Order: sequence, then C-alpha cells, then structure tokens
Amino acid sequence: MPDHRSGQMRDTVGRVQFHRVAQHASRPVSISFDGEVIATREGESLLAALLTTRGSLRQHEFDGGRRAGFCLMGACQDCWVELADGRRLRACTTLVEDGMAVVSQVRQKGDVA
Amino acid sequence: MSSVVIVGAGPAGIRAACTLVEHGLRPIVIDEARLAGGQGYRRPPPALSLDIKRLMGSEYGKYEALHRDFDALHDKIDYRPRTLVWAIDGNMLYLISDGRPSTQTFDKLILATGAMDKVAPLPGATLPGVFTLGGAQIALKDQGCLIGRHVAFVGSSPLLTLAAKQYRQMGAEIALIADTTPLKNKIRELPTLAKSPRTLMRGIAYQAQALASGTPILSGVTSIAIEGATRVEGVRVTTASGRERTIACDAVALGYGLKPETQLADLAGARFAYDALFNLWLPVTDADGRAADNLYLAGDGAAIGGADAAEASGALAACAVLTDLQIAVPISTMQGLRRTVSRLRAFQRGLAGAFAWPRHMIRQLPDDLTLCRCEDVSVGDVRTAMRREFAPVEINRVKAITRCGMGRCQGRVCGPALQEIVAEAAHCSGTAAGRLRGQAPIKPIALAAGSEP
Ligand SMILES: Cc1cc2nc3c(=O)[nH]c(=O)nc-3n(C[C@H](O)[C@H](O)[C@H](O)COP(=O)(O)OP(=O)(O)OC[C@H]3O[C@@H](n4cnc5c(N)ncnc54)[C@H](O)[C@@H]3O)c2cc1C
Ligand code: FES
Repeated sequence: MPDHRSGQMRDTVGRVQFHRVAQHASRPVSISFDGEVIATREGESLLAALLTTRGSLRQHEFDGGRRAGFCLMGACQDCWVELADGRRLRACTTLVEDGMAVVSQVRQKGDVA
Repeated sequence: MSSVVIVGAGPAGIRAACTLVEHGLRPIVIDEARLAGGQGYRRPPPALSLDIKRLMGSEYGKYEALHRDFDALHDKIDYRPRTLVWAIDGNMLYLISDGRPSTQTFDKLILATGAMDKVAPLPGATLPGVFTLGGAQIALKDQGCLIGRHVAFVGSSPLLTLAAKQYRQMGAEIALIADTTPLKNKIRELPTLAKSPRTLMRGIAYQAQALASGTPILSGVTSIAIEGATRVEGVRVTTASGRERTIACDAVALGYGLKPETQLADLAGARFAYDALFNLWLPVTDADGRAADNLYLAGDGAAIGGADAAEASGALAACAVLTDLQIAVPISTMQGLRRTVSRLRAFQRGLAGAFAWPRHMIRQLPDDLTLCRCEDVSVGDVRTAMRREFAPVEINRVKAITRCGMGRCQGRVCGPALQEIVAEAAHCSGTAAGRLRGQAPIKPIALAAGSEP
C-alpha cells in the first residue's frame, strides 16, 4: 500500500492510525504537533494530517483516554484540538494552514464549556 | 420574488435547486461543506489523486450527473458553501461562515440536511481507531486515507459490505464483517427488497465479493466488544451459534444504519412521531415533504431513503414549494416523483428489517459502559439516576440530571441508545421515553468562530 510518510512516523502510542492511499498534488503546508514539524499538503484535513503521523489527536477532558475522532463529518465533536495560540479547532472539518501549532496539553475539567 | 432557501447541497438539496431554477426561481443554497455533493456523493478535493470513478463503481453515472447539473447552476443560484445554519427563529436563519455570523430570511425553507451514522456504544468504542462506518467512507473519499490497514466492519447495515468493498479496492485488508441481524430476518425481508431488484442485486454482489475474497462474514452476532489498551487491537464477537471469536484488527468501522439530522427541522417547528421500525423519532411530513407552514423536508433528513430517494424527494419538495407559490407544475411530474419516493422509502423500510437496530442488545448493555462520549456518562449513571427519581422520568429530564445528551454533539451520537436505556429502565415504550429536543446552537458555533467555548 503506498504510504509516503512511512519513513517519518512517530506516535505517542506507537502507531499511525490513518494510511494514505491517494496523494494531494498541491502546495506543501507545514504544521506542527507539540513542536514536531509535520509536512502536509494543501487540502488535507487537520485530522488526516495528524492521524497519518500518529495514533490519536488529544486526551479526553473527562475520562483521560486518548481520542482520534469518530464521525469524521463534523457531527460528534470528538476531534477538537487546541492550538498554541489558544484557538480550538474541529480537526475533521478544518484544512491545514501554514504554521498551525497543535498542542496536546490537557485542559482541566472545569475549563471546558 | 419570494426567497426560497435550501439548506444542504447533497443529492436532495441539489435536485431541489435544479427544479426551482427550471421554473425561473433563484434559490439560496446554504451548505456547511466546502464542496457540494453531500455525504454519499461527496466530491474529493480537486488536487487529490483519487480514482473516484472506480470507487463509486456502478453509482458513478449518477454521481457525475449530479455534480454536472449542480455546476451548471452556478450563476442561477445564490450558493453559500462553508456556511452553517445554527439556529432558526420564525423566518430568520442564523448563519456562520468562516467565523463570521450573519442572518438570512426566507419565505419558503427546504431542509435537506441529510443523515449521520446511527451508532450504539460497545465496550472499547471510545478507543482511538474506532470510527463510524460513514466516517470510514469519508476518510477515503475526502482525504484519500484508510482508517487502518486491517479493518473490521461491525454493526448492522447494508453499507458494511459496500464500505468493505471500497476499502479492499484501495488496498486494506478486511479483518471481519460482523452483522448483529440474523440471516433469517434478511430472508424475511426479501419480498420487500425484491421490489428494487437492481439495489438488491448490488447488495448481494458486494456480499459475494467479500466472501470470494475470503473475508469472514458473520451474521447474527450476539455481542461485539472492541479490544485494546490504548488503541484498537481486535474485535471479540459472540457468533450466532454462541462461539466466541477474537479477530485482530487495527481499526473498526461501526454503524447501524443512518439517522436523520433533524435539529433544524425541530427548531423550524416540524412535528415528530416515534417510528418503531427505525426506533427513531422522525419528522412528520405530507407525501410531498411539507412539514409546517413554509417548511419542507427532503432527502435523508426527512426519512432515510438513500441517494436515489434523496434526489427524487428534493425535486418533489421543490414542486411543492412551486405549487404553494402558485407556479404551475405538471401533475404527472409530481405523481411520478411521489411514486419513486414512496417505492424507495418502502425499500429502505425493508432494509431496516434486514439490518435491524439491535434493541435488545442495547437495552442490556453493562453499567460500566460509556454511553455519552462527550460528557463521559455511563449506562449505569443513567440507570442509577432514574432509580433515584420518585416520579417517572423521560429522556429530557434524564439529560438534565446526568448530562447525557447535553454535550457538544447534542446527543447526535448517544441519543438513540439513550432512548433505549431510558425506555428499558422506565419499562415504557420508545414513544413514552420521550424525544431529545434540538437546541440552538445546533453545533458549537463559538468554537467554530475561533473564540472560546
Ligand atoms: C457519513 C455518511 C457516508 C455515506 N456514504 C454513502 C455512500 O458511500 N454511498 C451511499 O450510497 N450512501 C452513502 N450515505 C448515505 C447518504 O445519506 C445518502 O446516500 C445521500 O447522501 C443522502 O442525500 P441527502 O441530500 O439527503 O443528504 P446529504 O448527502 O447528507 O447532504 C446533506 C448536506 O446538508 C448539509 N447540512 C446539514 N446540516 C446543515 C446545516 N445546519 N447548515 C448547513 N448545511 C448543513 C451537509 O453539510 C450536507 O452537505 C452516507 C451517509 C453518511 C451519513
Ligand atoms: S470526528 Fe466527529 S466532529 Fe470531527
């Protein structure tokens, strides 16, 4: 199976979740996750960019478990991630933009509306 | 000229727009997605090297025609992609687009908001690597990604074998297809399903291809659990004959059919009735899609019918709008559309029997299982809360006490299962258990606008 990123996979739980089988023939876009630079392409969703390089997106606020999204269509709200600049984004419906710096830091229970 | 607004640019919304334009109107088409097409006919981003023709298979012709017809409308409609309708009040729609709020009034409103996967909690269902069945298809069509390399397709839905076929085509190994509905139920529905022979044959072909490729297909499994410590490592099922089997995999696609996205219809004043076959509260419409004054529903958001029914019901709802605006529509056109819609929806009711919601399995889920993924409420939390109340309680009261259904997804994910748990604990029918009410904003908009929740 073609997978252009197999060389640079690394992940908190040791496994990449998504496997790319079609390529975006578009401009390179650079984002980061906890400081680690991730090379992506314009048109990729933030969720796909993250899950092709790791096994999950975030830690759940309440149960502490890892989460990697669920519906992938903007309905379940399981895939919200936080950026270093404080923005919170729904990863499955947001496209990557240069400089997006995702942080996996856990918010405390009381922080979330 | 009256302003007609269509929400949703899937097959239903697109055909509604085409019909209105043919009669000289210029509708506003609002769609949350970046590209038109909705879920089933989702269009990959232009730069993605995906062979969509191969992926769509026998449905490619319809896919292509729908997109071609929509593209031809571009200067004849007011199309607003990437725009969410998050509330409705009277004849006012509240919108948000790229974080910018606005409003839009309407004289006639067609809601073609589609559906999402109907799911039920399983042990291990919150592990990374478990996705909805529709989500598995979206990962492929929208992003050119597989959700895993060895994927198990579980639940009960005709789309299990369709998605498995698409995944196999794209290089995934199919670890397992496990369906909770026994084979005998499928055989019982054959006479109804045989009324749409083409669709039935397609379903049988997918099943045969899966078998031929050596994929284990289990019908009538009586339990499903997802195994793994921090990620999906396997699926454990109890087969119809009572044997336990554990099959290794690295991702799970889960689905029990579809449920309409009805929050906007609720806010716009539609009435709902409990449907004991789908085990869902569905909006009530007349044969043409009229749900209330100036409110029309079409596609899977009105009643699950699949893409063909969505196209026909979208055109039909537009005909109803035209008729109500005193614009003549040939009666034969409307009669033809009504026949198509009712035939396809009857077929879908047959499917709902052949791929049934596993009501009894869900009602017996263990106490320690997570029911609400957003607020981390367990099945036992709901049962305990209900036991503590002195008076009989219905679902909205349960939501207020436990927060189940109150989280960011607004009960879209846990709603159908919560309904069963409440009905079981209260020893009442689905109708008496009550209906989770939709609330504005129907999705977390402040967050989408880039501000804090
Ligand atoms: C995830 C998923 C995957 C599917 N995949 C397939 C498949 O591969 N093959 C198949 O035959 N069928 C598939 N289906 C079934 C599908 O529901 C129908 O085939 C068909 O797409 C229904 O058409 P529709 O026009 O009613 O709704 P949809 O196609 O779902 O379109 C609804 C549109 O409304 C928009 N919308 C909803 N709410 C709002 C709002 N508040 N504001 C603005 N816009 C809104 C959505 O963004 C969407 O674009 C899938 C369904 C789902 C849920
Ligand atoms: S995965 Fe469900 S909203 Fe993103």
